[in-house]
Amino acid sequence: MIEGLNPGLILIAGAFLVPFTRGIVRQGLTLALPVLGMIQLYSLGMGNWGHYDFLGMQIELTRVDNLSRVFGTIFHIAAFIAMIYSLHVKDAMQQFTALIYIGSAIGAVFAGDMITLFAFWELTAISSVFLVWARRTERAYRAGIRYLIIQVTSGVILMAGIILWYQATGSIAFNFIGVSTLAGGVILLAFGIKAAFPFLHNWMQDAYPEATVTGTVILSTFTTKLAIYTLARAYPGTDILIPIGAVMTAFPIFFAVLENDLRRVLAYSLNNQLGFMVIGVGIGTEMAINGTAAHAFAHILYKSLLFMSMGAVLFRTGTIKASELGGLYKSMPLTAVFCIVGAMSIAAFPLTGGFVSKSMIQTAAADNGLVIAWLVMLFASAGVMDHSGIKVPFFTFFAHDSGIRVKEAPVNMLLAMGITAFLCIGIGVYPDPLYAILPFKVDYHPYSAGHVITQLQLLLFSVLAFALLVRFKIYPPELRSTNLDFDWFYRKPLKALAITTGRLIGKVWDWVGATGTAIIDRIIRLSDITHGDGRLMARSVSSGAAISVILVIFGIVTVLFYR
Amino acid sequence: MNQPNDGKKYWLDDPKNIDKIFYAVLIVCIAISIPDIFALFDLFYHKHLEFQFEEIPNFYGFYGLISYIGLVLIAKQLRKVLMRDEDYYD
Repeated sequence: MIEGLNPGLILIAGAFLVPFTRGIVRQGLTLALPVLGMIQLYSLGMGNWGHYDFLGMQIELTRVDNLSRVFGTIFHIAAFIAMIYSLHVKDAMQQFTALIYIGSAIGAVFAGDMITLFAFWELTAISSVFLVWARRTERAYRAGIRYLIIQVTSGVILMAGIILWYQATGSIAFNFIGVSTLAGGVILLAFGIKAAFPFLHNWMQDAYPEATVTGTVILSTFTTKLAIYTLARAYPGTDILIPIGAVMTAFPIFFAVLENDLRRVLAYSLNNQLGFMVIGVGIGTEMAINGTAAHAFAHILYKSLLFMSMGAVLFRTGTIKASELGGLYKSMPLTAVFCIVGAMSIAAFPLTGGFVSKSMIQTAAADNGLVIAWLVMLFASAGVMDHSGIKVPFFTFFAHDSGIRVKEAPVNMLLAMGITAFLCIGIGVYPDPLYAILPFKVDYHPYSAGHVITQLQLLLFSVLAFALLVRFKIYPPELRSTNLDFDWFYRKPLKALAITTGRLIGKVWDWVGATGTAIIDRIIRLSDITHGDGRLMARSVSSGAAISVILVIFGIVTVLFYR
Repeated sequence: MNQPNDGKKYWLDDPKNIDKIFYAVLIVCIAISIPDIFALFDLFYHKHLEFQFEEIPNFYGFYGLISYIGLVLIAKQLRKVLMRDEDYYD
């Protein structure tokens, strides 16, 4: 393949061919690009390429090492699966922007310096919003605007951080940064927005559920995991990430329990999964970073699978509200099975991807004596069992029969879900290939009797809890509703404040305009008294009189100054 | 809601079978707790203990059960504060 070429650029370049193709050629193209990217990645081997001098700064377009390779690998796999899932789409705008978005996320992972990272970082923001807008509804348009503002803000903050960092160190190489400097703090904030840290998270729950059926699947993979990669690169062992991650694992699950839009439930659940990875980065040991990378890998698979199954339901039924669904196993049995595989995988049942990855982070927490983080993660694991493990499949495919009868999902969707379900279980049964590409050497065996039994105890008693709550009719019913989250602050009071401020500025401006006009008016009227038509200063005088006046003035001056 | 008559009987449509599932879950839960009883006498398997409280028999099971019920009950209360109409932001 092409020496030193960043694999992401293959997808970006290929995207520009999309508008010139149609039908089966375009389908072939969208499937071929992730494969070509993957071939490029593995033919490169490890190393750095693409060094240029840019205004005295050292650009490094391509860097493949143990950390970037595992993220790049799963990005390519997820891209290929997403392309199969969206083979039925005949919307050049969506396919074009999706490939640009995926390519820029992959490009960012393999960026060796922060300027290249920044360029791809912003490109992911701008290209991805079209996957929201492609829904072509008023809601999607507004959510997309909010999403874009926040995403671009993250880029601007990143740029500010890079400038500070360059001033302090004289280098733009993208390596360990840490929070000991102001620049480090600023860059962490930029990464934190994309990683959906608490209070910075609402763009995700806001925009992802408003995107298209295929758009949400694609969005769910890249932006946030790119942020996890950058955190793992620049902030391993940063203590503050442990409490941040712990809060992330815990608070979204309360919202996930209440939420009615099942793709929004999955967005909250995605937030919770990111929490585990952020804790892993915060612990920062080899085991923890391996766990974070492995968890990102497995998580992308089962999260895509869940979003794909819910996308298929939305595609067929036209709704994704839990209050309107139910009993769909009768008409979409295969989608139901794939959804359950994804659900068991995210809940981390033994023999699934979640089991062999999440446990590495928990073991790392235990090894470092982090009791509270460990207990919070265990609590969050029970919570995952509720909202993603049980709620999503239960209210869609079982619960009461909604009477909806539809066709099974299209063949391409079933194929994409089938491959992903196979990989979810494949990794769980045989984790060695995954462990082999992790950043550090793995000395971890997930299938000890103790681990399997304790995990089954946790999960099965969670199932029992659900069964009890349903049996005694305590489980809260699904209701059509909006649940207030932190975005309330900028969607209500801040919006009102902005509107009031705008009105106030308008009023002041009107006043300035009116007063100014009045003053000028008065000046004109006053000058009219002396300079107006026929007034003293406007009269014409004979040259004789004028010379007489000048002579008089000249005489006075002479007398006064030349005595 | 009216069940559309698609001419098929599904096993899950019968409430008795839902009861069967409930009891099956109960039995499985009891079964999975048993190894911890043996573990008390160091039979069959050892837990990899990191923390003292893991020695409590079926610690994980009880922790999961309590977490889950607590989570749902707290979330239910949060609804009183957080829930608005579907078109609240529109």
